[in-house]
Amino acid sequence: MSAEIPPTLTCRVNGELLSLPAGTTLADLLRERGWAGKRVAVERNGEIVPRSLYAQTAIAEGDAIEVVVAVGGG
Amino acid sequence: MTEPDDTDFLTLGARRFRSRLLVGTGKYRDFAQTRAAIEASGAEIVTVAIRRINLGQNPDEPNLLDYLPPERFTLLPNTAGCYTAEEAVRTLRLARELLDGHTLVKLEVLGDAETLYPNMPETLKAAERLVTEGFEVMVYCSDDPIQAQLLEEMGCVAIMPLASLIGSGMGILNPWNLRLILERIRVPVIVDAGVGTASDAAIAMELGCDGVLTNTAIAQARDPIRMARAMRLAVESGREAWRAGRMPRKFYSADPSSPLTGVIGRPTP
Repeated sequence: MSAEIPPTLTCRVNGELLSLPAGTTLADLLRERGWAGKRVAVERNGEIVPRSLYAQTAIAEGDAIEVVVAVGGG
Repeated sequence: MTEPDDTDFLTLGARRFRSRLLVGTGKYRDFAQTRAAIEASGAEIVTVAIRRINLGQNPDEPNLLDYLPPERFTLLPNTAGCYTAEEAVRTLRLARELLDGHTLVKLEVLGDAETLYPNMPETLKAAERLVTEGFEVMVYCSDDPIQAQLLEEMGCVAIMPLASLIGSGMGILNPWNLRLILERIRVPVIVDAGVGTASDAAIAMELGCDGVLTNTAIAQARDPIRMARAMRLAVESGREAWRAGRMPRKFYSADPSSPLTGVIGRPTP
């Protein structure tokens, strides 16, 4: 088989189902979305991922990822 | 006339502040107005909410923190919208990461969407967890002196009872409960929620509260910048009046300020 479809994974980002290329890291996701360098915080399956680990954190099938920002509030 | 002295600080955990007015950043027309109102309020502490970034968001869209740099203001992340201890704790862990390890936070765990009244059992559970994890917790709570004491004993750095419902602008509905709280609590007591206009803020401060937190009263005023200034003046006035110590109330006993003697046309005694 020559026309192989690259493997993908399905995860949830902020509650929305996304299909991403296998091997995508958090750093890739943030870059692709235009969020790199912005003040965000990331939680993966309920655990905080420190900014320093984005590049080495590969997203796995079924992961639930939350990306948050500060907004106006009282 | 003496100026307010330089030793009157609001101490929250490890930090000291000169301003006793804390302001929210919600419900403004835009970020420029948010910033202008906060400048006019003189507030050093501003609350922010933590929310999911919009997946479809234009990456060039301005960000609240571009207008409120953390170097300039003490950002107080809140847990608005959280209904369980677990949600609140998760939100503040994210906030700590977002703000580079910042630990001063505003905990609020709501009971229902209609009243936004605090759910105290969940609030207590979250407070205990957060204190254990090293957060400096300022806590929105009911105006119940026993709950306030429990939160203080847990190690919260400020007790923030509601004056009336969040966003209601109904003012200080139960000054007697606030006084009960003030008599027992040693950490700062900050009225959070319900302030509608400047006199409400002044009343809270005259009762002996250590500060006032308000958002809607400023943001939803016809002229938010002017109301922000009014709130600053009211908090300063109320604080000075409390420190000055008001005269005792003397019901049914009038006492003129002018001399009783020397009125013209009277025989001298």
